[in-house]
Amino acid sequence: MTTFDLEAKGLSKHFGTHTAVDALSFGVERGSFFSILGPSGCGKTTLLRMIAGFVEPDAGDVEIGGRSMRGVPPNRRPVNMVFQQLALFPMMSVGENVAYGLARRGVRRADRERKVDEMLERVGLPGSAAKRVDQLSGGQRQRVAIARSLVLEPTLLLLDEPLGALDLKLRERMKIELKQLQAAFGTTFVYITHDQSEALVLSDRVAVMNGGRFEQVGTPQELYYSPATPFVAGFVGANNRIEGRVTSIDGDLVEVRSESGWAVHARRQGALRLGDAAAAFVRPEVAVLGRSMADLALAEPAAVHRGTVESLLFDGANSVVLLREQASRCEFRVALPQTGRYADLKVNEPVLFSFAADRAVCFATGSAHG
Amino acid sequence: MAETTTQASQRLILWLLLAPALIWLLGLILLPHLDLALLSLRERTGPGEYAFGLAQYRTFFSEPLYWDVFVRTATLSVIATALTLLLAFPIAWTIAKLTRGRLSALLFAVCLIPFWVSETVRTLGWMILLRETGVLPSLLVTLGVTEVPIEMLYRDATILVGLVYTSLLFMVVPLYGSLESLDDSLIEAGYDLGGNGWTVLRTVVIPHAAPGITAGCIVVFMLTLGNYLTASLLGGKNSLWFTEQIYTQFITRFNWEQGAAFGFLLLALSSVMVWIGLRLSGQRFSDVMSRT
Repeated sequence: MTTFDLEAKGLSKHFGTHTAVDALSFGVERGSFFSILGPSGCGKTTLLRMIAGFVEPDAGDVEIGGRSMRGVPPNRRPVNMVFQQLALFPMMSVGENVAYGLARRGVRRADRERKVDEMLERVGLPGSAAKRVDQLSGGQRQRVAIARSLVLEPTLLLLDEPLGALDLKLRERMKIELKQLQAAFGTTFVYITHDQSEALVLSDRVAVMNGGRFEQVGTPQELYYSPATPFVAGFVGANNRIEGRVTSIDGDLVEVRSESGWAVHARRQGALRLGDAAAAFVRPEVAVLGRSMADLALAEPAAVHRGTVESLLFDGANSVVLLREQASRCEFRVALPQTGRYADLKVNEPVLFSFAADRAVCFATGSAHG
Repeated sequence: MAETTTQASQRLILWLLLAPALIWLLGLILLPHLDLALLSLRERTGPGEYAFGLAQYRTFFSEPLYWDVFVRTATLSVIATALTLLLAFPIAWTIAKLTRGRLSALLFAVCLIPFWVSETVRTLGWMILLRETGVLPSLLVTLGVTEVPIEMLYRDATILVGLVYTSLLFMVVPLYGSLESLDDSLIEAGYDLGGNGWTVLRTVVIPHAAPGITAGCIVVFMLTLGNYLTASLLGGKNSLWFTEQIYTQFITRFNWEQGAAFGFLLLALSSVMVWIGLRLSGQRFSDVMSRT
């Protein structure tokens, strides 16, 4: 049986006429790393603040460790938070910052100092207790902020986009560190972010949030390979979007024809009928490039499309080529193979490309999903 | 060659810009004080004859009245400063943290409005309210709280009320500045880590606002210590405020030497008190001055 460290039951919050969080119910398993991923304004911050106790829900309840948090103020919840700007106390030393929560609990000075030293050692900052906060680097501050929370042994650690203020290199390193810290401590982490790469790399499970609701909750792989809604398909990872109408249905595979006349095949998600407005999503790395039909020998001839090179976007392992489909002039991105085979492509060069229909997904658009 | 000319003209511009402040400091503050210092250090040996001596300062220490008034003025000023701080803190907190935009501007204006009328008129307003035949005593009789109207003027408490009222804005402004710059997430972090209202105030808010608190206290203490009008109007002839002693020496007694000595004693007192205050709060003078 799974135990939930966090359970939301019909949680709602409105600000005036705006619905920030709309009747959300979900559970977070003990010891897991759970991310809430969404664009800014999707309600994820409000949700996190309701869990921490800074915002009172209009309806519903939060249970932490099986205990209802209704009417429990933030300082009495078994939850600690790592703030966006970390919110380390600048007037205190590193040691005093980490000892702050222990002192509020009335832990004796000697015990406090011992625990602080232990905790700083565990996060890789031994002997920094006497340092001032502004003597630390961005990554070290991050670790102090986490140590300050984890020293209280909370049931749940909330993290509010803590990597947002760091530069790219440091962010990549801190992602790995966060993951290792979570594994080492075994504390349940609830992490909110608008950065899909952070969510995918770090999490056991991710909830994609939009307009106050969860569009999909699943493992990073599920979100990436089988998005449940067009929003998830568009938000998680890069995707080509081809909009049109359903022109034929063959079991799970459908053909979508764009207004400009380009027909593509994709696996359908949810109900679709002939003539429905639909959008097909194809990931750039799913498509294969070729200069002649021989290069695409594995593909079905019907699934081979023709295009011209619009531009080359070189970014090391993430390089893509931007194509235009020959007849419809639709834009389409294809990832360049890692072998460097097509590194010599020229702008305006005609190419062939193809993708397997069962690795592309198709959703109804229009009235059903807005 | 051309470079030295620009340098020279830049230096000239710098001096021209500094000129008003320098003339002010030299002519209106430094010179009169030097003159007063010399004045306080001479004693009369005969008609029109003066000699250098410390007689004026000796009088202060040998005459208990002067010493008592001195201590009393300092004590009441400290109390007035403390009361102003207690009153101004919630006001500054409300403006800085609990209100936004127009409302906080409005609250600031409310604090400022009393300063649109002159200090004399404001103080006379307090007299109209508090004198025996005034508004407040008659109201108390009407409500049946007191049998007969009581005289509320000429009491120490009345002086304190007047002083706090006059000083409030000068405390609110530096407090507002220091509270405004406090990141809300620090307060939330304090609560999140198990603090309550009192411990967050003590461990997070006050340490952050300390330069502002010290700045406000210095300004208010100086204003109160050197206040003449409020103390003498609300306290009456026997308010025993030290500035009144100075006034008496200069104007009533024509004893400028004694008045000058008192003036310097008051200067020394305020300097020592500010120094003690900075020491107790662990603040640096330069940090505090940048907040005023």
